[in-house]
Amino acid sequence: MLRLERVSKSYRVGTFGGRELVAVREVSLQVRPGEVVSLIGESGSGKSTIGRMILRLTSVTSGTISFEDRDVAAFKGDRLRTYYADVQGVFQDPFSCYNPVFKADRVLELLRGPYFPGMDGRRWRDKLEASLEAVRLDPGQVLGKYPHQLSGGQLQRMLVARALLLDIRLLVADEIISMLDASTRIDVLNLLGDLKARGLGILFITHDLSLGNYLSDTAVILHRGQVVESGPADRVFGQPEHPYTRSLLASVPQLHRKWDRRSHAVPEPAGEGG
Amino acid sequence: MSTVTLKVDNLKVWYRTLRGDVQALDGVSFGVGDGEVVGLAGESGCGKSTLGKSLIRLDGRMRHVGGTVELDGKELPIADSGRMSGFRFKEVSIIPQYAMSALNPTRRIGRMVAELLESRGVRADGVHQELLRRLELVGLDPEVLDRYPIELSGGMKQRMVMVLSTLLNPSLLIADEITSALDVSTQKAVAEALVDFRDRHYVKSTIFITHDLSLVYQIADSIIVMYAGKLAEKAPTDALVSSPRHPYTRMLISALPEVGVRFGTRRLRGIPGSPPSLLDPPTGCRFRDRCPLAFEKCAEQPPFLEVAPDHFAACWKAF
Repeated sequence: MLRLERVSKSYRVGTFGGRELVAVREVSLQVRPGEVVSLIGESGSGKSTIGRMILRLTSVTSGTISFEDRDVAAFKGDRLRTYYADVQGVFQDPFSCYNPVFKADRVLELLRGPYFPGMDGRRWRDKLEASLEAVRLDPGQVLGKYPHQLSGGQLQRMLVARALLLDIRLLVADEIISMLDASTRIDVLNLLGDLKARGLGILFITHDLSLGNYLSDTAVILHRGQVVESGPADRVFGQPEHPYTRSLLASVPQLHRKWDRRSHAVPEPAGEGG
Repeated sequence: MSTVTLKVDNLKVWYRTLRGDVQALDGVSFGVGDGEVVGLAGESGCGKSTLGKSLIRLDGRMRHVGGTVELDGKELPIADSGRMSGFRFKEVSIIPQYAMSALNPTRRIGRMVAELLESRGVRADGVHQELLRRLELVGLDPEVLDRYPIELSGGMKQRMVMVLSTLLNPSLLIADEITSALDVSTQKAVAEALVDFRDRHYVKSTIFITHDLSLVYQIADSIIVMYAGKLAEKAPTDALVSSPRHPYTRMLISALPEVGVRFGTRRLRGIPGSPPSLLDPPTGCRFRDRCPLAFEKCAEQPPFLEVAPDHFAACWKAF
């Protein structure tokens, strides 16, 4: 469904753009319907840049991103609008996605004009409620409320509901649960699991390996813009081949298994991209 | 634990708001032993940061309503910011959540450290050797002292603040969510450096505040779990994780996805509902509405009692 072929992204930095900074280097991957692909990497690994390129929020320097065998970069006007009816993104911070002046459900209402013109009020209302119920929100509890009256988990689920209103086929979920509490986190993950069962393809971008593992069919490990390892999730997590994947897995704090404290050295952070 | 560094007794700290008092910390009692790393875990809004802050500095909206705090046998005047100032940095120190904003952006780091020390009446060249030794210990090059904070990465800044906060060997160090903005490998390094500082007696005792139970499990000697402004459970780390007594702790642990658990094979469950408002907290056990074990008795606030050696819980079902 979605295919990335040798996609790169570089930025010009420094005075007069004299230096080139490569954020993503020749990344290839694909997402099939009903598949969850986890894109895992530390900060600065380029994982969010990939998500943003897929959503056309930033341009691609080289390589192609295609959706159903059509080049995404070429979409314009109406074709772009229908692309967004198929592909939507949800991001890390649910609090900054809402305008505090307006009621929270405005993010849902705003879709009505461009995507459902002429739908009568009653059918629209039914559709709204169905999508809220799909993310296990009680419409009576969240409609007509201001963002500050809702919890982070509720706001985040409402953004997923917004994506579902459009009957999307691919969701780009960029760190969508890292801001949530442990007790609500798992609810959003389970929700994604249910949506996957209904055929939704999900690109799950995260820095947290345990979260990536819970849901995904395929895992892609990124390091400094490059794919260092990818494959079926149970293999990548079970028998990691690349030393970087192994060191990442060893650093994840887990209950019932303490860190190996023999290696006491503090690693020097890899060169920071300016 | 033979000697106790910190003793908190029935501490109440409320926030003043236009709509009334938010009872963020409502009668909290516990002790921290000499050389102990205590993990303080809980969800956002449970009062864990309020607890950390009230041990060092109450901000303008916070009001000390009752209870006492004793450090090394002396009572901390937490309500009196002026008198607390004599304790800060020397006896009690904090590593704040955002190290990025803890460093003065307009000063080179070395100069900022010197200014800070002099404000406390300590001569900077007297501790310079010690400063260099500790920088080396956390893997920072001494040349960071000539740099501006903006030139350091997040992990480097966090380690810099850590060295700075502990430079005068405080009795109590409060580490407030110091790793939540870091990558897993840097997170591990920072957390282990914290334990290392304790082992080298740079700090006597540490309170490590986090929302991440699996991280605190790695480094703490004992763990306190907070819920809605009260302590839910306190126990030695292994006891808390392997045999939790409070239903909240149990549900929190079972909601954690670990490497190896897959959605397809085992479905984890969250905790339904949300914590009560602390503006007007309900009577009785505050977890009652979300608790599957709740019964009539829960309408009465359970005391925080010892249910096993060193293992405390506030639940009628645990006694």
